[in-house]
Amino acid sequence: MYSEKVMEHFRNPRNVGEIPDADGVGEVGNPVCGDLMKITIKVEDDRIKDIKFQTFGCGAAIATSSMVTELAKGLTLEEALKISKQKVAEELGGLPPQKMHCSNLAADGLRRAIVDYLKKSERMDRIKELGLEKELEKMEKGELDDHGELCEGV
Amino acid sequence: MAYFDYANGCPVDERVIEAMMPYMTDEIGNPSSVHSLGLKARKALDDAREKVSMLINGAEGDIIFTSGATEANNLAIIGYGMRYKRKGNHIIASSIEHMSVINSCKFLQKNGFEVTFIPVDRNGIVDVEEIEKSIRPDTILVTVQHANGEIGTIQPVEEIGKIVKEKGVAFHVDASASLGKIEVDVERMGADLVTLSSNDIYGPRGVGGLFIRRGIRVQPIIVGGGQEKGLRSGTENVAGIVGFGKAAEIAKEEYKEEARREEKLRDELIARILEIEETYLNGHPELRLPNNVNVRFSYIEGESLVLSLDMEGIYASTASACTSKTLEPSHVLIACGLKHEEAHGSLLFTLGKGNTEEDIDRLMEVLPKVVERLRMMSPLYRKSKGG
Repeated sequence: MYSEKVMEHFRNPRNVGEIPDADGVGEVGNPVCGDLMKITIKVEDDRIKDIKFQTFGCGAAIATSSMVTELAKGLTLEEALKISKQKVAEELGGLPPQKMHCSNLAADGLRRAIVDYLKKSERMDRIKELGLEKELEKMEKGELDDHGELCEGV
Repeated sequence: MAYFDYANGCPVDERVIEAMMPYMTDEIGNPSSVHSLGLKARKALDDAREKVSMLINGAEGDIIFTSGATEANNLAIIGYGMRYKRKGNHIIASSIEHMSVINSCKFLQKNGFEVTFIPVDRNGIVDVEEIEKSIRPDTILVTVQHANGEIGTIQPVEEIGKIVKEKGVAFHVDASASLGKIEVDVERMGADLVTLSSNDIYGPRGVGGLFIRRGIRVQPIIVGGGQEKGLRSGTENVAGIVGFGKAAEIAKEEYKEEARREEKLRDELIARILEIEETYLNGHPELRLPNNVNVRFSYIEGESLVLSLDMEGIYASTASACTSKTLEPSHVLIACGLKHEEAHGSLLFTLGKGNTEEDIDRLMEVLPKVVERLRMMSPLYRKSKGG
């Protein structure tokens, strides 16, 4: 079912864990649908210096989380925001179609971690510049990400 | 390697293969042909029918061979419903039936029928009183599985059969998961239609059957040349049916002893898995198929467990249908009252003839480590530990 690359990341996930004094935290997913992930980042000079993840989910959820952390490490925030779900899937040699949506949520998690960082460092201007106001609004309201909303109907 | 996925794929018994071989090489007659090879094939079908019938005490009816349990369930429910729709258009089913039963019921729903799905308790036992209360003058069929293939729970089919009979309603039992594991006696069940599967009793895949009690009619759902008494057209899968017959003959002789052996392994496996903290048994603790172990692990997800075990040469199955298109968890576990996240964390082990004590030792060497590793990766686990 999965590509060799997915299995390789599942077997040896990169950057597992939680940064204790993280600058930004992003949580996405919903255990109800079987996928939940948490990304913590450490930021220096607007660059992701360190990143770690924790994931409750299937093989694809774990592999995409691992891949996102690998891709994002060392990037500027602006670059990191450009990591799309498609990019993650491509880097993993593709994902089964039914896993594309629900289990491929790590890019969203990273996005939320970045918003959280900018908010905590009181840089609303940067949030606006990067077009992240809506995301922030959702996070503040405690709204689920798209993934969770779609799964609510389950 | 250690294989614990017998419910999803069973090896074919070597004696069965031996019995089938001639029908793929020399005995190639079509049972509908009038020449002597055709007659031999016809006789082989009749022999197989007799053997399957013997296994289920089926003298009071006939066996119609199908391509498997799914087709048999379709024929039983859709075929019976269409045949008797003038008599009534209400059907009752348990909520944890196999998808081939549930979707057959839903097919009838779309075609003017009403279906009542009966709830089950936490252990998966169907509410018998609720079945009785749900029977109306227009109810024509009640369908309840003998045992659940996923959680192993064995239903009180004899009790249900009596109630259904008193009300003059037909009774269908899907015995595909129980055949060859526990006694399947169509008389004791009081069943009119019984679904059977070959691969689950070490016969070939792609073969199954439907027991139909004398006097009960179904409308065929596959039409053509009128084979199988007009109820299942298409040239008979002679080799496969011969294999099913042989498997039934062997099962009749051997299943009781094997069930006792597997039951011991099952109980040991359950006890040892439950030693892992925050691990729970799904299904009924006693009224359970001798080869079924279904457990759930808090904070982790079933598919990643299956993949992790696979890396160690251990084959199990997820009870949550995460690989399905919808990604919805198992309807069986949800019907038992499990939360979605609990259902997602469930794992199914089904034992078979090849399993030994050593397999269990091998599994238990690996399983606690795998669970621990995935829990350490899970944000839910950290949260619950106050981390």
